[in-house]
Order: sequence, then C-alpha cells, then structure tokens
Amino acid sequence: MISNTRAAGSLDLLRMMLTIRKAEERLASDFKAGMLPGPVHLYIGQEAVATGVCAGLDDRDWITSTHRGHGHFLAKGGDPKAMFAEIYGRSTGICGGFGGSMHVADVSKGILGANGIVGGGVALATGAALAAQLDGENRVGVCFFGDGAAAQGVLGEALNIAALWKLPLILVCENNGFSEFSPSSNVIAGDIYRRAEPYGVPSVRIDGNDLDAVLEASETALDRARNGGGGTLIEALTYRIHGHVEGEQAFLKTPYRADEEIERWRGEDPIERYARRLVDQGEMASGKFAELEEDIGRMIRDAADSVADDPYPEIGNLERHRLGAE
Amino acid sequence: MRKRMIHAINDALFEEMERDERVILIGEDVGASIFGDTRGLLDRFGPDRVRDTPISEAVMGGMAVGTAAAGYRVVCHLMYANFIYTAFDAIANQASRLRLMTNGQIRLPVVFMAAGGGGRSNAGQHSDYPHAPVASLGGIYVATPSCSADAKGLLKTAIRTDDPVFFLQPTSRGGEMGDIPEGDHTVPLVSAHVARQGDDVTIVAVGAMLRIATRAADALAEEGVSVEIVDPRTSYPLDEDVILASVRKTGRLVVVDEARAAGSVANHISALVCEKAFSALRAPIIPVTTPDLAVAYSPPLEKAMIPGPEDVVAAVQRLIKETGQ
Repeated sequence: MISNTRAAGSLDLLRMMLTIRKAEERLASDFKAGMLPGPVHLYIGQEAVATGVCAGLDDRDWITSTHRGHGHFLAKGGDPKAMFAEIYGRSTGICGGFGGSMHVADVSKGILGANGIVGGGVALATGAALAAQLDGENRVGVCFFGDGAAAQGVLGEALNIAALWKLPLILVCENNGFSEFSPSSNVIAGDIYRRAEPYGVPSVRIDGNDLDAVLEASETALDRARNGGGGTLIEALTYRIHGHVEGEQAFLKTPYRADEEIERWRGEDPIERYARRLVDQGEMASGKFAELEEDIGRMIRDAADSVADDPYPEIGNLERHRLGAE
Repeated sequence: MRKRMIHAINDALFEEMERDERVILIGEDVGASIFGDTRGLLDRFGPDRVRDTPISEAVMGGMAVGTAAAGYRVVCHLMYANFIYTAFDAIANQASRLRLMTNGQIRLPVVFMAAGGGGRSNAGQHSDYPHAPVASLGGIYVATPSCSADAKGLLKTAIRTDDPVFFLQPTSRGGEMGDIPEGDHTVPLVSAHVARQGDDVTIVAVGAMLRIATRAADALAEEGVSVEIVDPRTSYPLDEDVILASVRKTGRLVVVDEARAAGSVANHISALVCEKAFSALRAPIIPVTTPDLAVAYSPPLEKAMIPGPEDVVAAVQRLIKETGQ
C-alpha cells in the first residue's frame, strides 16, 4: 500500500486555506481598484476542496483546473508571487503574462493549467492519467471541474474511458450551485456524483466545506488510483461566496441569488469551521487563528505588492510562440 | 522503393514507434484499421502503446493533449477528417494555444491524423478536406501530403515535432503507388516543392489535387502550354518563398484546392501573391475549388463538385486567352 497524504499537519492545511482566501481577497480589492486588466473568478468559500485534495498530491501528480483556478494553483504548490504577477499581466508572471487569471499553470508542479473552457480540463486530465498509467510510477491525474461542466458531454466520455482502462483519474466536481449565472437546479439534472455509477466508477458526495471530509474522500480515491484500482468521482458540495466573475453587478440587471442564501453559506465557511474544530479538539490555541490570519495576510500583501509594478512583457516576446520558433 | 501511400504511412508509424518508445497511438479502430494505415501496429507494439478508443472524439482529442503535456508523443487517429469537428475543442482551444498560454511550459508533440477529401461517395459528413479551419488557428501545423514519399516523410517529421500537427491524408489516394527514398526518409514541415518545372503558369496544388494538376499539365503541354506545379506540402504555415518565386517566374497563378472556397487556403494563397508579387502578375489569379456546398453523394454530383483536370485546364486556358502566351 502506498501512502498518499503528505505529512501535512492540520496547521499547514489551515495556512493553505488562509493563503488562498487572502490571495482571493486581495484580487477582489485589486479588481475594484482597477488594477486587473481582465476578468477574475474567485474561489472564496471553496478553499477546503483544493486544499484537501492537493494535500495528498506531490509535484509528480497532474492536475487540471478551471477558470476559477487560483485555489488549485496555490494548493498544488504554485508560487503566489508568480501568480499575482501573471494576473497583473507582468513579464514575471508564471506564464510570462501570456495566460492570465484563467490560465495559471506551473508544469514543474504538475499544474497543467487552469482552463477557460468549462469542462476543458476533463479530457486533459484523462490524458494525464493515461500518461501516469503508462509511466507506471503511481502518479495520478486529477481534474477539478464545476457543476456547470457536469453538463458537458466530455464528462461522460471521460468516465467511459477511465472505467474501460482503469485510469488513475480523480474527477473532483466542485458543486458550488451555479453554472455561471444560472442556478444549477435549472440546468443540471440529477445528482452529479451518480453520473459515475453506470460506468462502474466509484463515486461519493461530500460536504466540500468540511476539510476533514475532503481529506478522507480524496485519500480513498488516491489509494484506489495509486494501487491500480482506477478512477473516482468526488462531488464536493460547496458555495462560491463571490459572483461568477468580479464586477458582474455592473452588467447584471437583477440578482440571481438571494442575500440570505449567501449569508447562510457564510455561516458554513470552510476555514472557520476547520479552525473551530482544531480549537475545540485542542489542536490549536484559541488565539492562534488571528495570528495566522495576520501573518498570511501580510505574506500575501507583500507578495502582491512586490510584483505589482513589475514590467509588462516585451512585445517581441510574442514571436517566441510562433510555430518554428524554439 | 514503390509503395502505396497508405503503406508509406504505415511504415512511418512503425518506424517512429520503433525509434522512440514514448510514441503512442490512440484512435478509433486503430487495431482494425479501416484504411490500412495503422494495420499491424497493435500486434507489434501492444495495447499499452496502441489503443483503440471509444467513438468519443472530444475526450480522445483532449486526452492526446493531456498525455502529450505529461511527456508522451501522441498520434491521435481521428479516422475521417470530418471528425475533427467533434474534437475541435481539443484542437482549437487546447492544442493550438497551450504553448502560448503557458509561455512554453507546455509543448505538445501531438499529431492529429485523419483522411479527408472526396471521391468515394462518402457523402456530406465524410468527404471534407478541412485544412483551412485548422490552418486558421495559427498554432498547429497542417500537413497535406500528396504522394507516398511525402506522406511518409511528413508524418515522420510530424511525430518528431514538439508542436501539434494536423496530418491530413487524402482518402481517395491511399492506394496510389509512389517512389519512396530508402532509409530514414523525412520531409521538413514548411518546405513547399516544385513538383513540375514550367514557364507559362504556376499551379499551386494542395494534397490530392497534385495528381489533378499533373493531369491538367500533361494535357496543356500538348497545347504548348508549359505549367509549373508547386505542392505546398503544409498549408499552414505556408512556404511563401517557393510559391512567390514560381509566380515571379510565370506571372500567372491557378490555385487548386479540394476544400470549399469560403474562408479557404486557396484564397489565402491568392491574397499572399497579390500582396507580395503583385507586379509579377500578368493575369488574375484563379482559384479552382469545391463549390461552397456539402459534398454530394451521387457519383456524377460528387465528380462535378470536386476539381478535376478539366477544371484546371479550363482555368489555365482562360488565363492564357486573356493575356496571350
């Protein structure tokens, strides 16, 4: 049996969730301040999913991510500074300013990239899982996708082939309740996790705002994948506290969700829930959380500030990626 | 050595899979091989490296991208070229742009191969020659082999290339014999070649249209018209220099392309020549293409649509008539 979960302690996991939260909050204020050249889709409220799943991965495992991908990037080991620089469109960005928020990638960390096409990462992760299987080194391919992508046909195709070939593929659906601006109850039929059943792929629905539940489900899936047992579909129920995209109020005439709903979900905040659990069980002193929040807030502020005025890419860099240029 | 084009393609796959164990082949019926181009590979290289996939082009195309991003060289056989449309997210949104979007962190040695073009009464959904939509993406080579030697040489190069290539073999020409150089025969991408020397008119002929152009040139020779034929070999990127040099020599251009005219590579070649060799032109440029219709089924209808030697002869005669020889 191969052990999956890295020796990440509870405080490390809490730190990671806070890192994602603080980074997203910074981007929200950057957006308001007009510092971001393009759209950003924030992950606030969903931090436990990326953190819990990536806790069991190392750099040699592959992930694909979504347009809401900053959390996956950070949880998989991506550098916050390089991420901010990318989102600011600077030459020091992780993708040299070529990709932006929707395409943050760091192949050296196994991050094959966020993807602006809903469901676009599903087939890529399936391919990465095939590569992992061919390598024979117990790597896995993990695909983060949303409930919106559950309506894409490619999910069925991927489940079919993953089942046939017993691919080490972990499909992590973050069901945050909305397909862009449509409540998923209007556009998604049935239970997403049960889409795996007819293919014989094991699946589970969990509380995606409960980090312990995410850790447990992903460890089970990883054990299966790393030991030749094939794929798993995890549906993590969660909620995005911010909109589909920052600034959406400017072009939406009427709200598509009730304030009370958002408030109710704020009460289910994954970070607060986990911190409370740690304090209750004596794993963390009660004053520690405020300290962590401040430390991480400062770290993120410093990271973002340090690259905010980095140079924009040279126009000549465009020639780098013409066919034939090496 | 003389071989059918389909066997030349088969040889290329054998040789490259032999040469590099990280080359894998995925696709629909690659074991059964309806065209014969993948025949024998499953037996030789086994089911890990040669994988029959479900009829699921969306996931298959994307898997090719993901597997290549994770370190393999992937040949993805899509069977008929019309099926690129069902795989198009993988080709257009993923394969053609991940290199740029990741600033080169991801390079994709992927060959999407498929058979395109008419001539077999395969009707409206199995007869397209869709090089233009792929060429329009900018981030993927489009190889359009016209003969056995180029089919082998271009495919071998494509497999060794670190960027994606769409390899579009002509459905109707798989059985055609051709001479192939011995040994490790490769043809560089973006290397148009002059298939026939001549003085009076240049015909740029894409893929299977080389044979049509050659027949037309033979007929025109009897009338005393000397035709030069250029085979672009890749319709993206175009080897501009060879095309322009030929037009500067002859002053007249006919472009023969089995694809429809709308948004076509034929029009792109015409625009290129107008921009860069306008002063050399002695006559208008005539594109000879399939009309802007889906390819029809019934043999006389299909024959009337796809450019034939007589269409090319007529185009050249019109040029000569309008401008004098």
